[in-house]
Amino acid sequence: MTNHWIDLKNSDCILIMGSNAAENHPISFKYVTQAMQNGAKLISVDPRFTRTSARADFYTALRSGTDIAFLGGMINYILKNNLYNKEYTAAYTNAPFIVGKSYGFKDGLFSGYTKGKPEAGPSLGGYDKSQWAFEMDENKVPMMDRSLENERCVFQLLKKHYSRYTPDMVSKITGTSEADLINVYKTFAETGAKGKAGTIMYAMGWTQHTVGTQIIRTMAIVQLLLGNMGIAGGGVNALRGESNVQGSTDHCLLWHIWPGYLKTPSASKDSLSVYNASATPKSYDSLSANWWQNYPKYSVSLLKSFFGEQATQANDFGYNWLPKVDDGKAYSWFDLFDKMFDEKIKGFFAWGQNPACSGSNAGKIRKALEKLEWMVNVNLFDNETGSFWQGPGVDPTKVKTEVFMLPASVSVEKEGSITNSGRWMQWRYQGPKPMGDSRPDGDIILELGHKIKELYHKDGVLAEPILNLKWDYDTNGAYDPHKVAKEINGYFLKDITIKDKLYKKGTLVPSFAFLQADGSTSSGNWLYCNSYTEKGNMSARRSDKDAVNNIGLYPEFAWCWPVNRRIIYNRASVDPKGQPWDKDQWVIKFEGEQKDGKWVSNKWTGDVPDGGWYPLENPDGSKREDSKYPFIMRKHGHGQIFGPGRADGPFPEHYEPLECPVEKNFLNPQRVNPTAVVYSSSEDSHATCDPRFPFVGTTYRVSEHWQTGLMTRPQPWLMELQPQMFVEMSEELAKLKGIKNGERVKVTSARASVECTAVVTKRFKPFNIGGNLVHQVGVPWHFGWRWPSTGAEESANLLTPPAGDPNTRIPETKAFMVNVIKL
Amino acid sequence: MAKAFFIDTTLCTACRGCQVACKQWHDLPAEITTNRGTFQNPADLTFSTYKLVRMTEEVIDKKLTWLFFPDQCRHCIEAPCLETAENSDAIYRDEDTGAILYTIKTKELDAESIISSCPYNIPRKAEDGTISKCDMCNDRVHNGLKPACVATCPTGTMNFGEREEMLALGEKRLAEVKEKFPNASLLDTDEVNVIYLVTHDSRLYHEYAMAPQSRKSGISRKVALRKMMKPFASLMRV
Ligand code: SF4
Ligand code: SF4
Repeated sequence: MTNHWIDLKNSDCILIMGSNAAENHPISFKYVTQAMQNGAKLISVDPRFTRTSARADFYTALRSGTDIAFLGGMINYILKNNLYNKEYTAAYTNAPFIVGKSYGFKDGLFSGYTKGKPEAGPSLGGYDKSQWAFEMDENKVPMMDRSLENERCVFQLLKKHYSRYTPDMVSKITGTSEADLINVYKTFAETGAKGKAGTIMYAMGWTQHTVGTQIIRTMAIVQLLLGNMGIAGGGVNALRGESNVQGSTDHCLLWHIWPGYLKTPSASKDSLSVYNASATPKSYDSLSANWWQNYPKYSVSLLKSFFGEQATQANDFGYNWLPKVDDGKAYSWFDLFDKMFDEKIKGFFAWGQNPACSGSNAGKIRKALEKLEWMVNVNLFDNETGSFWQGPGVDPTKVKTEVFMLPASVSVEKEGSITNSGRWMQWRYQGPKPMGDSRPDGDIILELGHKIKELYHKDGVLAEPILNLKWDYDTNGAYDPHKVAKEINGYFLKDITIKDKLYKKGTLVPSFAFLQADGSTSSGNWLYCNSYTEKGNMSARRSDKDAVNNIGLYPEFAWCWPVNRRIIYNRASVDPKGQPWDKDQWVIKFEGEQKDGKWVSNKWTGDVPDGGWYPLENPDGSKREDSKYPFIMRKHGHGQIFGPGRADGPFPEHYEPLECPVEKNFLNPQRVNPTAVVYSSSEDSHATCDPRFPFVGTTYRVSEHWQTGLMTRPQPWLMELQPQMFVEMSEELAKLKGIKNGERVKVTSARASVECTAVVTKRFKPFNIGGNLVHQVGVPWHFGWRWPSTGAEESANLLTPPAGDPNTRIPETKAFMVNVIKL
Repeated sequence: MAKAFFIDTTLCTACRGCQVACKQWHDLPAEITTNRGTFQNPADLTFSTYKLVRMTEEVIDKKLTWLFFPDQCRHCIEAPCLETAENSDAIYRDEDTGAILYTIKTKELDAESIISSCPYNIPRKAEDGTISKCDMCNDRVHNGLKPACVATCPTGTMNFGEREEMLALGEKRLAEVKEKFPNASLLDTDEVNVIYLVTHDSRLYHEYAMAPQSRKSGISRKVALRKMMKPFASLMRV
């Protein structure tokens, strides 16, 4: 979230699309409800009428996988009707930037495309992104036309690109009526007015597509045009699927990032300086903060945190001890199981997860597990992954994999922090002691590290990286969460004087502005530097006092990255003179003194400002040289309407899901994202426009279960509420197939078939797609054969496809093709 | 002064946290259910399900609506079940809270007549004849806590406090929602201590959301008779 949960209450219009917040983030509705009681409008857009839709002022449906068309139509509507915030768009976004002549878009392809030549890992193709570069002036600063009139400025290109997304065209693709489209567009676009805020709450309904990243980009463009970034009640808000997904992502859950969103080094970056140079952007615009220019301070501090005193200037701070990924290869979830299936991966820790039910095309995952030599399942209970060897259709005598189960203790049995979707790091205390032999994950991994070190000490091959690892997170032999939290924050490693103040060796670094690239500081994650300082554990704070602006920031409740800034990009919430667009619900405000029309002293109030520089302009309108543009994490300081860094193009374009019900894309000749990730082992199959699988399928969650159901399926009170795997379908489809409500049916895809109870409902309706009737069904993904004990309730992910997004490699579980068969 | 609930169905998301919290606080066993083609489960209140979120799909004025109704005992001001029982060891009112409470002695009552006396179709019987229903979490309330369902509700649907306070809240919310829903109403305010705010015809939510006219006026002869005798009866008990 660029904003945070409580901030939802400040919104004037809440769009819930790609998520079902009432059901899957029930507590969010506390704040949605507050906003509505203050007059906010709630819009729900979902293929199926949900419990969220039940509370919305306006609901409309779209066919799964057509969100870019839907939102592209909104961009077109905003531009056509001049509803964008002109001042904001011209001053703070890259709309005025002039795009180089090599950029082009034709027949559904951007310039620079090569089929079958992916950026990394298997995919349909890739782009040479250098063709999308901005035009630079003689000082290497992007050329701009703040009047937005130059025909090659981003704004004009945007206008042209989305002029094709007419209501008629969008309706043909999405199946949403033109009247409903206009209603949504109009209502949301009203938040483009100064003093109004619109927000988006999205989740996996947007991310899990072959165009997932670009769906979110489309919404980000809408929010930039309407001036909704940085303000209270605005932003682009991802509702994370677990209480600590944000934290685990921040601390490098994903293969391509290091803690704090640093880059995983690849083999060609063969020294620290090459690596740092490749990851550190350079801006020649004195008004661009270009925050990532500090990259080496963060990477070196991280290495110092990994290797302690062993990391020295002379050995590149241990950079060469770290494993590198091969250039041009991907190591995502999909790729790991693909390699496991290929017998390239022999051992596997399944830690706090249940891939046999949670991964797309789970049937392949289950087969891949059979090819392992060993697997360690670290979890609260045994699950379908740990017991794969005795799963449906598996002969245990033929499985050679040795499986170990390490019981982990549940979150309430241990101390530590979680970071919620709103980036709040909150400290939690231990409740009951761990049950039986179960142990906190920290204990398990710490001891594992000690044992591995012992073995390497004896006769390890290439032992240096392991032996040099600083591994001192225990106190009296037990894992110490405070030591880890302090390590993440970081220490001064020698006495240093910064701005005339002496910081003693061994003390905690007050914030990331103090981190150094010379090895004199450590930090396990620069973004969290400021969370645990000499003033104490900031995340354990519990003050219910609000900030001066009274908008629910509660700055002394827990701690929030970065540097306790509750709303990021908040310098876009003020005009160039530093005064809030919204006078009532303001986030920050410049209150420096002025003399003769110029600011003469620097003072911001409210939230922690996104950089404390003077405003861009003086009260008399003259420009200041000592200011910075508000989007400080971007190289050029501007919000990116044109995004030349994405794998699939600088502007989002509608492509159909890999499996779709239409022969062609109505918008362009490319049916599927030309850079989509698609796998092709013997266990990876897909079928499009195949009469055997005529209906669109999607997966989702329900309030009553959690993830693959490991913690909820054994819980009788919850099973009472949602006892069985089900498939929801319209009355029309049920009639067509002769299916009665409550009857057991089979849902099949190109990959598998799963038994379900039919829930025949008015809440699904067939779509009119370009004159054809298209039916859609939906299945929850919470079940698995292990429990309930009948074994009849299986995982929906047996059905989902082996395809994903080229930027993130997230699977396309939200749109695929199925059939429904009466049993 | 009696306590009361105000249940604002306009805010309910049918998350069913209340339904589970009720089972947890009372340590009630789960029912073995199947999916019957709807999210509502169990199908109805039972001896071990005191709280049930009823869910109905209705097309009203060409618009699909999904109505949610967290059903429970109304803790009637003059409770027909209590009056029918005539046995304060089995069914009695806690004068401090206004809770209508059932004891193990309900086994000795004629279950059918108690159940049919309830205008809201709430009490349910076990195999051994014991009758049960919502007890307002009377133990929690006496210890300064709100009922479990209220404490757990994320949306502000479930509210609990002094009756006057709840009535005022109900009136305030009614006035607010009338703008969007001109047919909104508070149900049976004068008769119950569990006040529902609904936006459509109450029968669309549940047959017994409101006391049926027949049951309201047609209380059994026995009860009617006893009502007339009430001053006597209480005198005689002294
Ligand atoms: S807890 Fe509240 S919102 Fe959830 S079902 Fe019960 S009354 Fe409705
Ligand atoms: S609602 Fe029914 S069970 Fe509850 S007090 Fe009234 S009559 Fe008795």
